[in-house]
Amino acid sequence: MIAEFPPVLIFWLGAVLLPLLPKNVRPWAFLAFPAASLALVLSLPIGTTLTVEFLRFELHVLEVTQLSRVFGIIFSLIGIIAGIYALHVKQTGQQVAALLYGGGALCVTFAGDYLTLFAGWEVMAVASGYLVWARGTGESYAAGIRYFLVHLFGGSLLLAGIAIQVVSTGSILLRPFEYGESIAAWLIIAGVALNTALPPLHAWLADSYHRATITGAVFMSALTTKSAVYVLALLFSGWDILLYMGVMMALYGVVYAVLANDIRQLLAYHIISQVGYMVAGVGIGTTLAINGTAAHAFSHILYKALLFMGAGVVLYTTGKSKLTELGGLYKHQRLTYWLYMIGAFSISGFPLFNGFISKSIIVSAAGKSDYSVAVLLLMLASIGTFLHTGLKLPYWTWHGRDSGVVPAKAPKNMIAAMAVAAFFCVLFGVYPDLLYRQLPHAMNYQPYTLHHLVEAVQLLAFTFIAFWIYRSSLAGEPYVALDTDWFYRAPRDVARAVFVTGVNRVFDACETLAFRIPGVLSRVFTHPAQFLRTMRLPTRDFDPDADRGPLADPLALTLLVIVLVAIWNLWW
Amino acid sequence: MIGAEAPVFIPLAFLVSAMLALLLGVISRPLAYVTAIVGSAAALFFSVRGLQAVLADGPISYHLAGWMPPLGIELYLDPLAGFFCVLLSGITLLVMVYGRHSVQHETPRKEVPFYSLAMFLVGGLSGMVMTGDLFNLYVFLEIGALSGYGLVAIGDKRAPVSAFRYLTLGTLGAAFFLLGVAFIFISTGTLNMADIARVLLVSQPTTPIMLGMALIVVGVGLKMALFPMHAWLPDAYTHASSTATALIAPIGTKVAAYILLRVLFFMADPEYVRHDIHLTDVVGYLGAVGIIWASVMAITQKEMKRMLAYSSVAQVGYIALGIGLASPLGFIGAVLHVINHAFMKACLFLVSGSFRLRLGHSSIPKLDHGVGRVLPWTSAAFSIAAISMIGLPPTAGFFSKWYLALGSIEQSNWVFVAVLLISSLMNAVYFFRILERMYLKPRSASDDGKEAEMPQQAAPANNEAPGSMLVPTLVLAAGVLVLGIMNAWGISHIIEPMIPEGL
Repeated sequence: MIAEFPPVLIFWLGAVLLPLLPKNVRPWAFLAFPAASLALVLSLPIGTTLTVEFLRFELHVLEVTQLSRVFGIIFSLIGIIAGIYALHVKQTGQQVAALLYGGGALCVTFAGDYLTLFAGWEVMAVASGYLVWARGTGESYAAGIRYFLVHLFGGSLLLAGIAIQVVSTGSILLRPFEYGESIAAWLIIAGVALNTALPPLHAWLADSYHRATITGAVFMSALTTKSAVYVLALLFSGWDILLYMGVMMALYGVVYAVLANDIRQLLAYHIISQVGYMVAGVGIGTTLAINGTAAHAFSHILYKALLFMGAGVVLYTTGKSKLTELGGLYKHQRLTYWLYMIGAFSISGFPLFNGFISKSIIVSAAGKSDYSVAVLLLMLASIGTFLHTGLKLPYWTWHGRDSGVVPAKAPKNMIAAMAVAAFFCVLFGVYPDLLYRQLPHAMNYQPYTLHHLVEAVQLLAFTFIAFWIYRSSLAGEPYVALDTDWFYRAPRDVARAVFVTGVNRVFDACETLAFRIPGVLSRVFTHPAQFLRTMRLPTRDFDPDADRGPLADPLALTLLVIVLVAIWNLWW
Repeated sequence: MIGAEAPVFIPLAFLVSAMLALLLGVISRPLAYVTAIVGSAAALFFSVRGLQAVLADGPISYHLAGWMPPLGIELYLDPLAGFFCVLLSGITLLVMVYGRHSVQHETPRKEVPFYSLAMFLVGGLSGMVMTGDLFNLYVFLEIGALSGYGLVAIGDKRAPVSAFRYLTLGTLGAAFFLLGVAFIFISTGTLNMADIARVLLVSQPTTPIMLGMALIVVGVGLKMALFPMHAWLPDAYTHASSTATALIAPIGTKVAAYILLRVLFFMADPEYVRHDIHLTDVVGYLGAVGIIWASVMAITQKEMKRMLAYSSVAQVGYIALGIGLASPLGFIGAVLHVINHAFMKACLFLVSGSFRLRLGHSSIPKLDHGVGRVLPWTSAAFSIAAISMIGLPPTAGFFSKWYLALGSIEQSNWVFVAVLLISSLMNAVYFFRILERMYLKPRSASDDGKEAEMPQQAAPANNEAPGSMLVPTLVLAAGVLVLGIMNAWGISHIIEPMIPEGL
């Protein structure tokens, strides 16, 4: 009986119960729910299905597969870690939102049908949007609105796809799509891709994550994009287009991180890059690649959360998050620094850290399927990742010129949460089999071969040397020039034109457009009637008293309607 | 054996208590309040018994004063009408309970006419739901409408002017309706709806019948505020007292929509309406345009009640869109949305009334996160209803939109699909801005990047609305969730058996 309980309900039950508990107990009680969920997920045998009769459909609210199990484990685990990190936060609204959010991700993960999936999807959008707003600044307010609208738009695409799929096939069960199978498939993939932050649908991510609350960003970095990756892996594995998009994402995120000055925004761009690896893995679609995607999502959630927690500690203790305002914090925050560095080593794919054991699977899978260009480009992205999260960010935050900022003391629970995440990063890095055993397909892969090790060490070492030489030009300046010398040394100008300038223009245009449309619309909405009359932006707000026409207007309009309807009726 | 007699007892309970409220109100004003509650409770009791009887034994036909139809007046209760009566009297009861403080606060010393008119209004509406006679429908329509004008006039300073506009336009609609009835009567020789249906089935569509149907549809369309005949609604809803709006908005326009369903799909043959006179297309596309335009206007508004009023016009558009689809899925979507919207809108208007009582205003720019602290439960109810309006699962609003979307896709009507999706986004715009203000906007808006995780300034004290206002609000909010989760039962037991043949 207990075995067939959907884990999502534990989270959502928690969201209901938490506000009823005494205020001081809440942060600790929070931990109980992800912990219970983790225990439940671990105890659920593969193949468990729980169906509920609803709307003449049979809903598969719980469907445990190898793939969903991996994601379920990591989503629960990160709930605990982020919960520890947020122990000092006394805002019940944030705790409830976080539980709803985590529950939504689990709901998506264990969904066996489209309706359940969609329910979890929308809960996630709303709850995570709240975490942006909860920061309480004017900037985060605007970003939160944009975040909501983008996600509801994506949800609408998804819903349209689902509705078409249900009408045309009569089944609401999730099943993999053939490449380019139907319009429904394209709509669904568009809706899901928006949540993976696939350019040009990515603007919401780099726009919102660094404006979210310190603790909220940790949840966000873990859940939204990864649950979307799960859905991609489930429904769209082997879609070639995803490989190309994924590789592009991997590079794109890295290139854009160059421009970021806010440390959390820099990390947000790297999410796009890392998710790119996973999307590429889905695109390759072989069993090895899907394993790599799952493993990389697992690892990524751990180390990305760790990085966000590190950046969060800096922001919490100094109130600053701009590279240009930070520097020389190392003497105050040795522990935070080294814990952050574990995350940085992991994301960069250092041997003995968990990024190494998962990223290399995807790259190997690409190699085995003869996508040699993709292999090269993914390695390039890997170099950029190390350069920015592993070298530039820590260097200008904790070393570099001394900004004179003296940080406050960080709460112990924040450091403890980082330590837990760091422990797992190292654990899975040293004993990769712990992770490999959980993967969807049987795994006979050895990450620690001489070839891999040499490759990794070479890449990292040369990147470090390059960084050291060019470190001054890589400092986060408010208006840093797009200095990509290190990136394409010899064919620099050509590469720049192809990869940077052109791509940048396109995406810049998309981003500007994405931000300008709401601006213009909000002007139009201040007085839509005037806009329609004059076709210009309204000059003043709508005023119900000034704009109320004489009573004759609606009377005449009604008469017009009856005349038109009668004509339509009789002479058509 | 109340079940078989239920059709007559339901409007009677309302009408009797309307007159009693006037008489007893002379003795003591609070007695009018008590009478209204007793009347609504009695009507709810009869409605439930009636629904039980109908579900057990099939439709009930009651002949007033023993006159046999088609000469006499027939009251007809089938599962759909029975369910509507339960809904209508249930919401009336909740709103009446709510009225105690709110009416006193907003329209002091006018309680007696208020409760009496409210009872007349609902009496007329319940009659409209059950009657099987076209002319009797007109009579009940006018009872409801006239008391509605009076009810709107008991409002703030501008209410009488709004009521006058409402009266003028409403009378035009009623006149169209009556004219249409006359055309139908001339052509068929009967006023009983079931009889008309039989005649229409065998007769050729003639010009008078077509014109008659068109006039009826436009007349009822005006009553339900179908775009572009909605001009009376925003002012009337804004300036009427909160309790009156909470009664008229969820029930008044919805009963008109229900009449439209009855006339188009039960009185006339659906095939005939769809292919010979194209009326469903007209209704559907007017609805679609109305959804977009009214949503735009709702975003524009700064006063919460006016925003909700425009949103009502948009929601009526959804119902019209479902009618316009003229398919089983469209029918389910339309009926479901009538029910869902009644709950959501009643809840939202009650919340705006509580705001007016406790905050002294319901102006959106003046809201801030104090609201979430001062009125925590009321704000929670608002959030649930707002999320349902946007149409996020698992709230009720999602499912009616789901059926409408399925119906539109089934007919490959991509215009309707696009309208449904875009309007969800627009709903999100105008509701989220309120949610954000209620919970998160600091007292004095500061854009200097202050951390919310730092200690907050002293929170304002909890000053929740009184129980008589809070309980109905919460019941309605819970209803939104229950309707969402239980809608499968309602569809298979109430709505599906009622899908007219030939649809």
